[in-house]
Amino acid sequence: MRVRRWTRTSKVFTGATIAIAALLGTVPLLFETDVVQRLTNLLILVLLAAMWNALAGYGGLLSVGQQAFIGIGAYGTVFFAGLGVSPYPAMLLATLVAGVISVPISLFALRLRAAQFAIGMWVIAEVVSILVRLDQNLGAGTGISLIQLNQYAPNFRQAYTFWLALGFTVIFLSALFLLLRSPLGVSLQAIRDDEDAARSLGVHVAARKRLLFVLAGFGCGAAGVLIGANTLFIEPGSIFSVQWSAYMIFMVLVGGLGTFEGPILGAILLFGIQTTFTQGGPWYLVGLGATAALFALALPRGIWGTIEERLGLRLLPVGYRVVEMKSEERAS
Amino acid sequence: MTIVNAVLQGIFLGAFYAVLACGLSIMFGVMRVINLAHGDIAVLGAYVVFVIVQSTGMSPLVAFVVALPVMILLGYVLQLAILERSLKSGILTPLLATFGLSIVIQNLLLITFSPDVRSLGGNAGAITTSSWQVTSGLSVSALGLVILVVAVVLFGALQLFLSRTRAGWMMRATAEDADAAELVGINSRGVYARATALAVAIAGLGGLFLAIRSVFDPVSGPTQLIFAFEAVVIGGMGSLWGTLLGGLALGVAQTLGAHINPEYSALTGHLLFLAVLIVRFGGGRVSLRAVR
Repeated sequence: MRVRRWTRTSKVFTGATIAIAALLGTVPLLFETDVVQRLTNLLILVLLAAMWNALAGYGGLLSVGQQAFIGIGAYGTVFFAGLGVSPYPAMLLATLVAGVISVPISLFALRLRAAQFAIGMWVIAEVVSILVRLDQNLGAGTGISLIQLNQYAPNFRQAYTFWLALGFTVIFLSALFLLLRSPLGVSLQAIRDDEDAARSLGVHVAARKRLLFVLAGFGCGAAGVLIGANTLFIEPGSIFSVQWSAYMIFMVLVGGLGTFEGPILGAILLFGIQTTFTQGGPWYLVGLGATAALFALALPRGIWGTIEERLGLRLLPVGYRVVEMKSEERAS
Repeated sequence: MTIVNAVLQGIFLGAFYAVLACGLSIMFGVMRVINLAHGDIAVLGAYVVFVIVQSTGMSPLVAFVVALPVMILLGYVLQLAILERSLKSGILTPLLATFGLSIVIQNLLLITFSPDVRSLGGNAGAITTSSWQVTSGLSVSALGLVILVVAVVLFGALQLFLSRTRAGWMMRATAEDADAAELVGINSRGVYARATALAVAIAGLGGLFLAIRSVFDPVSGPTQLIFAFEAVVIGGMGSLWGTLLGGLALGVAQTLGAHINPEYSALTGHLLFLAVLIVRFGGGRVSLRAVR
């Protein structure tokens, strides 16, 4: 027996993923502005799903309050742009702020377990939302436009935003991928499988969780920045809405909690659903909620987790696999 | 005097939060589960009462008695269809499943009742309008007093139920150790179902109070859940009387905040909740190291 990371499938697929990312870079040159805007949305969903999965799938941290970081990212952009910083650098600054704020929040939030953590994060999001509503400079409760982005022609603006979204998605997904493949990743997957067992083997569980929490803080902040840039208008009621958590939970549960590929699949599915039912509306949300609950109860590994389990398929090599050696290898 | 009045109004408000939180506290105490759809179930209860009042014209308080069997039945269904399955598979599954349920309930209410804001305050008669002016700055509303009395009676009755009745002993035994309780012949499935039915019925009572003391709409649930959970945590998770005190503390914190600035109402409540969490879990070593 020996341990292997790469298989032929995973080599082909990793190559294909890099090729797809490179091809996506040409999208703004080839398509109309509205298509580019929709694909920006898809990238935002992929980013959000991957970040929520990093928390829940690997850290066992179920947050219903990641909209706090989404809102900080979006409002941070408005804040820095208001100070006279050029819009796109303002977006980078805002992402940085969301990530940095997640460090002090983690000191407190990570002491909480299960429901306390879930609702504690939700309350933190509510507090941030109330603070924004109290600030007239941020448009208070009525919302604010990212007027600074009007200095660009719409097609250029959408192209820049798309490239930023692509850049963020590639950076954060690669960071998670590399993290999971590093020696740290082994301990993260051990925490995912059994937190108490991992702790008893000497895994520094709290520090590992903090790493994931801060990564998700950065990632969700980046997603918030992109949501603001993509819609050009933000208001506390929607940017701090718990609906973002509902979307993230849906994508990750349906795609596959604790798998690398699953949340991407979930994001593509949600994007497909959103594109098909453009009206949105309550029935669509009833469907999302019911599907998420059904997956949690009946298919907890999600679509991708189940495929992986049944077929032993692993498209992106984040884990290890034990393979039987061929007889000639054994002889040599 | 106005501060005294703010505290008094806070106690009345807090009694309402305690009733909302009671069911959440029971379910956590017995099953170690937090039902994220609890607020939406309370709002659903408000709508059930609303429908009965609309179609029969009876007083909301009488309508609640009619609605009670519906809520109890709903509790059994919730336990048997969703929670029982989710309890078997780790601590995250009940949270995920009830969060999904919460979205379903909110949007089904939205489809059935439109997003209009409703209130049953006008249907409840003199109870919502009477108040006594004690001094110039201090008034006691009849409704606030009623809710406070109901809350105290409710928690007292639960205490008696758990300490004096056979069903209450079985519930405590199951809460302590479900497997050991099974060994002495207690059917934990039945106990869990009863606890959930009780919790949902009390959530309905919370919904009734929400409907007559203020307004509600299909998406009021999450706010009710947050306040109820804050009351449970402030009072100490797993303690029944603690939940009553936690509710009162939350109510007073909110009215004192509102006393400073009406916009601070929810904020001061949240800050009290976070402060309690920090004090309770704040000890111990803080580690910033990511790499060992």
